[in-house]
Amino acid sequence: MNATPDFLETGPDGRRVIRFSGNLTLLRVRRLSEQLDAIDGDGLTVDLTEVERMDTVGAWLVHKLQRDHGARVVGADEDQQTLIDHVARADQPVKVRAEREPRFRQMAAEVGAATQQAGQTMFGLLGFFGALIIALGNIARHPRRFRFNAVVTRFDVVGVRALGIIGLMSFLVGIVIAQQGAVQLRQFGAEVFTVNLIGRSAMKELGVLMTAIMVAGRSGSAFAAQLGSMKLNEEVDAMRTIGVSPMEALVFPRVIATVLMMPLLGFYAALIAIMGGGLFCWISLEMPPITFIQRIREIVPLTDVYQTLIKAPVFGLIIAMAGCYQGLQVEGNAEEVGLRTTTAVVQGIFLVIVLDAFFAVFFTEIGWA
Amino acid sequence: MSKGKSVIEVRSLVNRFGDQVVHENLDLSVREGEILGVVGGSGTGKSVLMRSIIGLQTPAEGEITVFDEPMIGRDEEEAKHVRRRWGVLFQGGALFSTLTVAENIQVPIREYFPGIERDLLDEIAAYKTTMSGLPPDAAAKFPAELSGGMRKRAGIARALALDPELLFLDEPTAGLDPIGAAKFDQLICELRDALGLTVFLITHDLDTLHAICDRVAVLADRKVVAIGTIPELLALDHDWIQEYFNGPRGRAAAGIQEIEKAAS
Repeated sequence: MNATPDFLETGPDGRRVIRFSGNLTLLRVRRLSEQLDAIDGDGLTVDLTEVERMDTVGAWLVHKLQRDHGARVVGADEDQQTLIDHVARADQPVKVRAEREPRFRQMAAEVGAATQQAGQTMFGLLGFFGALIIALGNIARHPRRFRFNAVVTRFDVVGVRALGIIGLMSFLVGIVIAQQGAVQLRQFGAEVFTVNLIGRSAMKELGVLMTAIMVAGRSGSAFAAQLGSMKLNEEVDAMRTIGVSPMEALVFPRVIATVLMMPLLGFYAALIAIMGGGLFCWISLEMPPITFIQRIREIVPLTDVYQTLIKAPVFGLIIAMAGCYQGLQVEGNAEEVGLRTTTAVVQGIFLVIVLDAFFAVFFTEIGWA
Repeated sequence: MSKGKSVIEVRSLVNRFGDQVVHENLDLSVREGEILGVVGGSGTGKSVLMRSIIGLQTPAEGEITVFDEPMIGRDEEEAKHVRRRWGVLFQGGALFSTLTVAENIQVPIREYFPGIERDLLDEIAAYKTTMSGLPPDAAAKFPAELSGGMRKRAGIARALALDPELLFLDEPTAGLDPIGAAKFDQLICELRDALGLTVFLITHDLDTLHAICDRVAVLADRKVVAIGTIPELLALDHDWIQEYFNGPRGRAAAGIQEIEKAAS
């Protein structure tokens, strides 16, 4: 550490003098700070006579020389002295960074926290379901508290406005299933059975499942984001203070709208998917639409339609509940709204698929295969 | 400190939102080294004026120059060297919620002076934190963990990060307790004296107006109806100004100021 800054000189009395000149500001600080760090020992004098402009960073460097090397400051004008005093007063032990745990402990802690959180979420959802039932009971006892307009608005947003995108998606899925199925079945000369594949898979599984995924992405996320920002804005608290139950005013209309819209959307999606498959059969397999429709009527049992209509409201309930629950869990900052929204969608879709598996086993057991 | 040169010049500014005209032929100049208070009723466009000056809102017509540089129609890159010379405190603090207070303070420094060592950055963040009146343990916290007043102080610390020559403050003392507000007034005064700061201060706080503002600009009827020291404004015959300064709160604030002056 022999590097000597060009402004360091030894005075006549043997004291070393640091003579700053020009601007002692943030602009110059990078080089300066390194040079000053290289200085060691006591008995310094800091001469500020030639300094034109000094900002708080410059004052901080001067203060550090005073603090660490017992430097004497000369030539500071009144303003500069005020600034140095100001900075000196602000020099307190400040913890700039939170302390870090060792790696493996951090990992273990994260696993633990994630597990605990998963448990808490399931428990919370169950509690939320209970609160929803209570809200339902309250509304049943006081029908005037049923917010008809809010529910109709949700019908529009969740149901009607989703028709376009769900229709397009189902149509394409129908075509893809028909095309892929035809390629495979052709190997056995059983192309005709493409109709079976389309009809049964669309009506029983695909229609409602794809709809659930789309509704989770469209509406579940929207619920979480809406309620989350309302929570941040203290709107939910304001509602409570006024005496309006957020469960009744915010959650119930959304849940009931989704529960009622899902069967309609699911059935619609299944029909459109079958139409898509029918179009493919017509163009590619040269099966006239009349024949296709007749075959569909023979192949698809009514129980498949029942399955869709039974599953859809349950999926709707799960999606809307996950969305509203996550939205109301938002606390703190805007970032959390985003996180909770993502969680709502992921959770909604995950639970839908898990339940769909249970439904499949159940319906097979009761002979609705 | 030369008080003649003007730092901000606003000439015939027009701001419209749809049919609603917020500013019409608004003129304003802010002199170097002064603390200019901007007052006006709710909805008179105080914040819009500030946003126009700092380039967040493109006005419909008019000219704005800051440090003798025209600000309208400049792209981000060109305006950068002007932006470096000012600090802004937004009404709600506008701290970056994913960063700690210390990191928030370091953002402007990192942006304009990359390559400053981490230790020095931490030291700067540390003294800025205490300087703006935050407790030492606040530096490592996230904005969501702070109270409203503390968030405001952290916002001030960030606005002061680059030791700006010009400081825009949007209702800095709103939400602070009276002790904190007084300390803040003192801080601004000291910094102005030591750094030669020019301050553009939007406020409703009559105490702040009396205590630190050199001049006060009054916004009403879509323009600056009057600008001057408080005694000068009081001499004017304008309903809103009279009501503002001579209303019960205005008189109380003025009275306290008299007592303080007599005591010192």
